[in-house]
Amino acid sequence: MGKPTDLVQGMLDLLILKTLSVEAKHGWAIAKRIQQVSKEILQVQQGSLYPALYRLERQGWIKAEWRATDTGRQAKFYALTRSGRRRLEHELGNWDRLSSAINLVLRTN
Amino acid sequence: MRAIRSLLSWLRSLVRRERVEQEIDAELQFHLEQEAAERVAAGQSAAEAQEAALRALGSVAYAKDGCRDSLGLRLADGLRQDLRHTVRTLLRQPGFALVVILSLALGIGGNTAVFQLINSVRLRTLPVPNPEEIVSVHVAGGHRGLGLSSGFNADLTFALWERIRENQAFSGVFAWGDAPLLLGSGADAEMIDGLWVSGELFSVLRLSPARGRLLSTADDQRGCGTGGAVLGYSYWQRHFGGDEAIVGRTLSLIGRPVTIIGVAPKGFFGLEVGKSFDVALPICAEAAWGTSADRRDVWWLTVMGRLKPGWTVAGASAHLNALSPGIFEATVPQGYSRWSDDTYKQLRLKTTPASNGASRLRQSYDTPLWLLLAMTGIVLLVACVNLANLMLARATARQREIAVRIAIGASRRRVVFQFLTEGMVLSILGGALGVGLSSALSRGLVALLDTEGEPILIDVSTDWRVLAFSTGVAIATCLIFALIPAIRALGGQPLAALKDGGRGATRGRDAFSFHRLLVASQIALSLILLTGALLFVRSFRNLATLDAGFRRHDIVFMSAGYQGLNLPPDKRQTYQQRLVQEIQSVPGVSSAALTSHIPLANASWTLAIHVPNARGEEVGDSKFTYVSPGYFGTMDVPFVSGRDFNSFDRADTARVAIVNEAFVRRYIRATSPIGARLRTVAEPGNPSTVYDVIGVVKDTKYGNLREATPATTFVPSTQNPDRRPNAVMAIHSSVAPDALVSDLRRRVKESHPDMLVRFRVFERQIQDGLSRERLMAWLAGFFGVVAAVLAVIGLYGLLSYIVQRRNHEIGIRVALGATRSSVALLVLRQTGLLVLAGLSVGLPVCLVTGRAASSLLFGLSPTDVPTLMAAASVLAAIAAGASLAPAWRAARIDPLKALREE
Repeated sequence: MGKPTDLVQGMLDLLILKTLSVEAKHGWAIAKRIQQVSKEILQVQQGSLYPALYRLERQGWIKAEWRATDTGRQAKFYALTRSGRRRLEHELGNWDRLSSAINLVLRTN
Repeated sequence: MRAIRSLLSWLRSLVRRERVEQEIDAELQFHLEQEAAERVAAGQSAAEAQEAALRALGSVAYAKDGCRDSLGLRLADGLRQDLRHTVRTLLRQPGFALVVILSLALGIGGNTAVFQLINSVRLRTLPVPNPEEIVSVHVAGGHRGLGLSSGFNADLTFALWERIRENQAFSGVFAWGDAPLLLGSGADAEMIDGLWVSGELFSVLRLSPARGRLLSTADDQRGCGTGGAVLGYSYWQRHFGGDEAIVGRTLSLIGRPVTIIGVAPKGFFGLEVGKSFDVALPICAEAAWGTSADRRDVWWLTVMGRLKPGWTVAGASAHLNALSPGIFEATVPQGYSRWSDDTYKQLRLKTTPASNGASRLRQSYDTPLWLLLAMTGIVLLVACVNLANLMLARATARQREIAVRIAIGASRRRVVFQFLTEGMVLSILGGALGVGLSSALSRGLVALLDTEGEPILIDVSTDWRVLAFSTGVAIATCLIFALIPAIRALGGQPLAALKDGGRGATRGRDAFSFHRLLVASQIALSLILLTGALLFVRSFRNLATLDAGFRRHDIVFMSAGYQGLNLPPDKRQTYQQRLVQEIQSVPGVSSAALTSHIPLANASWTLAIHVPNARGEEVGDSKFTYVSPGYFGTMDVPFVSGRDFNSFDRADTARVAIVNEAFVRRYIRATSPIGARLRTVAEPGNPSTVYDVIGVVKDTKYGNLREATPATTFVPSTQNPDRRPNAVMAIHSSVAPDALVSDLRRRVKESHPDMLVRFRVFERQIQDGLSRERLMAWLAGFFGVVAAVLAVIGLYGLLSYIVQRRNHEIGIRVALGATRSSVALLVLRQTGLLVLAGLSVGLPVCLVTGRAASSLLFGLSPTDVPTLMAAASVLAAIAAGASLAPAWRAARIDPLKALREE
């Protein structure tokens, strides 16, 4: 396994939205979840995670709420809004088209 | 929608800034704890875990900045920093700030004041519901001088109004006309502004009374006697102190009692902007005093209406145009010539938008006001250029600072932003002060226009249009005086600025070229204003000192109405003659005579005439004035030939006439006009008459000073077919006019308690007639001087700056042997070049812009060469004067000192 891959901004947004589509999570859990699911390949730095979260919140795709975690500690939980869900579907469609297109170019001899 | 939400969340985070910061901290802290907790769970010690987590997470400050950026707080932070920086700099240089703010306040205030006038005279709509539906009905092209016109708001006759009333194009239509009324009795009677209004007026305008009731169609029926009066709200407040028990009281109007039935709503001044009506009477009541309603040849009404829903102005106009032949065919005035009748039948009606009412003020002040706005705009521009130069000099001084900032990574946008913030703060302060000033200024302007005979009542309050205007002006000025220096400051290479020892000398002449451009343009602009000033001042002088052909000083006109005596028409002549003798015997009066026409009061009496002469018969028209013997002596009008009227020229003797030179030139042309004949064309009450010319007098001005003298015929007042119980007398005295008026008023009160009299001091009336010219002369002169002073300040500032910056260089020149005079010449040459450049641009512009003013000038053309030369030389002279001090300073530079300042 090489160096953890840096994520471009648009892709990070997509990953965050996807991660939140199941349930509301706090920032650390989002980062952890992306890391786990990607089998430690994708590392999300807090220096890019939180600005991305604030940006998504300002655009109205996610909403934040302070509430207690399982251990009783207060944390800021992010959840997908309805327009965020629409956005996710839209972006997923885009991603599918883009990745298959790139695959076509890269794999075709 | 999203944009709004995003803006709202931005504002929220701005307002709750502290809370937002805390949340970011708390959130990042939580993240750190989780990271550490995970490592502890994996078996690390607490301290180790903490340190590892911190390392893994990277710079907290960087993350926080990223969050702030996402929230858009960085922009606000920058703005806040700039504001703080600006306030600090300005407080450090309070003199600079004060100069800038005050000049902006004056500039923006002046512009706003003129705009306020334009707004209230031209742009604002009538204070009634749905003013955009209101249109007025006119005769297209005017009524061609047919019949008698009662003055300004007099587009239609009663007969025409009756026909238009039945028209289909309007949901409601009404008529009104000016009614100059005398209130009170005897010599204390005063003129008030009355309105004749049709019964529909108040209901069509959808107005409701402040007290009592308003006039309705039931009040406006033929034979209504004196009707009932509705007071104007401000008149009720002014003259009756807002008396609640006003309804039912009576007014004595031209000798007849009229009952007050109500008060019009507050803010309704009538339909003419610039005037305010005192009393409104129904049109039917006119019959109680006059005969206008029965005469088809008297134009005294204005008709306005509300368009029916779905109708356009053009549609209504076409509709009325189509109906016109029938309407005019059915209303031909009787007793006129065939030619008059034919002309009358060709007239056509049209409608025009009238949402902002009628206004004679608008007519005569439209061009002057726009010109004034242009002038104040140029003054502001010149002031702005001064400020730009000032800012530019400051920016040059800060060039090193800016270079350092750019070198260490500040974006250029950020630097420009800082300049703009400074400019915005200054122009907002200046603009706010200016708007405050403008109300006082515009009231001052109105006071300049206000005259005794024609009081002007306009509301110059600040509304959204005025605020939008001054905001726009403030932003524009800010862009001019802050953006230009900012862009210039960025233009330099940071490296060069850092290497340059701050002296600015090494970069050579080029360093000042932009300053020079600004100052030259100031000179060009102020040349335009100075030329305008000289043109208007000279034009006013031409009018004020014009030889009108008669005496201007020590003349009083007395108008007397004696209907109260109920004299039969055949006794009135003798009564009037007795009156003249009575006045003549008053101590101090040197002579007095009757006349039917007060000169220079924009009044006119015209009859069509036939004049047989050597080449057949001339047909045309002439002004007719009926005077008693001694009139020409009283007015000091010299005779060219022939004799004056005398007591033997009576109603029962041969008809005689005295004509003026213009009449002779136009109609008679014979070597001896005495004995020539003229015949008038019949008009109602004025049968065709043949007059023998017995004398010729010098030309005198007639309706106003601007017009050329028309052909005029004077007829003995004893032979005047008009026998109404009114008399106007010209009185010449050796006593001061005001003292004479009060003496006469007292005497008339004693000996003729029933007589209604009104006095007019001729000199004052002439002055009032020139109020527009006086206003333009004063203001143009003022603005011209201000612009010239500003331009010279700019020039002085630039020269001082150049001398200061080139101190070192001049020092070297002197050390190498340059003489004092050659150094001084160095500076003066700058002035010469700047003035030359400014004038050579300004002069052609003057020639073009002068045309805009040509309609307002009298006795000289807008491209008058002596005026242009005078303006140019005045500017050159004061520019030379302003450069003496800097030149002297340059000449005295001590080379040793200058070089030691290394």
